Amino acid sequence: MADAAPGDPADEQSGRPVRPGRTAADTAALRAGLAVGLATTAYGVSFGALATLSGLDIWQTCFLSLVMFTGGSQFALIGVLASGGLSAGGAAITSAALLGTRNVFYSIRMAPLIGPGFWRRVAAAQLTIDESVAVATAQPTASAQRWGFWVTGVVIYLGWNLTTLLGALIGDLIGDVSAYGLDAAAAAAFLGLLWPRLKQRQTQAVAVGAAFVAALLTPVLTPGLPVLVAALVAIVVGGLNLFAKRAES
Amino acid sequence: MTSWNIVIAASVICVALKAAGYLVPARAFEHPVVARIANLLTVALLSALIAVQTLGAGQGVQLDARVPAVLVAAGLYALKVPFVVVVIAAAAVAALIRLLT
Repeated sequence: MADAAPGDPADEQSGRPVRPGRTAADTAALRAGLAVGLATTAYGVSFGALATLSGLDIWQTCFLSLVMFTGGSQFALIGVLASGGLSAGGAAITSAALLGTRNVFYSIRMAPLIGPGFWRRVAAAQLTIDESVAVATAQPTASAQRWGFWVTGVVIYLGWNLTTLLGALIGDLIGDVSAYGLDAAAAAAFLGLLWPRLKQRQTQAVAVGAAFVAALLTPVLTPGLPVLVAALVAIVVGGLNLFAKRAES
Repeated sequence: MTSWNIVIAASVICVALKAAGYLVPARAFEHPVVARIANLLTVALLSALIAVQTLGAGQGVQLDARVPAVLVAAGLYALKVPFVVVVIAAAAVAALIRLLT
C-alpha cells in the first residue's frame, strides 16, 4: 500500500488551486477514516475465530482476509462451510460471489476519484469495500473523498488482517463451538452487517422474505442451497420494484 | 473440492468483482434495475444467512439458545450498541443459556 499516496495534493477535480498540506475537510475525512477503520477492525477477531471453527486452518483464514478482503463475502463463505462442510463448497463460493457483486458498483463509483495509474488502481480495487466507499462518499470535496477512501481502506486492511490472525489463533485454541455461543455470535455478526441496510420498506420486505424462504427450505435442500434460493427474493422484488414507496431512482 | 480450492476460487472471484468497476465501462452496470437488484441481493443473502445460522442444524431446523441470543443482538443494534459488543453479548447469552439448561 506504500504507493497509495493518500491525499495527492494535485486537486485537479475540485478545481481549486493546488496547495500543499491538508484542508480542514481533508482532516475531517482522515479522522472519519480512522474512527470507522478502527471500529471495523475489531470484528476481524470474530471472523478469524469463526473461520477456524468452520473447518478452515489458520493459513486459509488469513488468506481470505488478505486476498478476498470483503467482510460480507468472507462471513458468507465460512457460514455456508460451517453448516454444509466441504460438500457445500459450490454453494459457499456462489454465496461469497453474490455478496461481492455490490463491490462492482462501489468500484464504478470510486474509479473517477482514484484517477489513472495501474498500481494505484490495483491498490484501490483491493481496498474497495463497504466502509472505505461509505467514508469517501460522505466527504464534501474530491480531495477529502480521496483521503477518506485511502485512510479507511489502509487502516482496515492492516487492522483486519492482524485481528483475523488473532481470532484464528484463539479459535484454534477453543475446541467446542457451541459451549462458547460462537454459533450465535456468527448470526449476530451477520445481523450487524444487515442492520444499517434495513431503512427502507423494500429492503425490510426482502430481508423478511429471504429469511423465511431460507428457513423453510433448510429441511428440504442440501446445506448452502437455501441461501442461494433466498437470493431469488431480491431478484423478484428488485426486478418488479415491489414494496417501493415511491419511484426510487 | 478441497478447502484450499474453495478459499482460492471464492477469493479470485471477489477480487475480480472489485477490479471490474475499474476496468469495465460504467455503462454496463448503470441500469437502475440492475443496481437495485444488486443492493437487494446483499440484503437477501445476509438475511438468509442469519436465518440458517440461527435455526439450521445440519439439514433441519432447531430452536435453541441461538434464537434468544439473536433477539438480544437485534435489541442491542436498535440501541446503537457497537458491533463488537453486540457480537460478544450474543455469544454470552447463548453460552449462558446452554450452561444453565
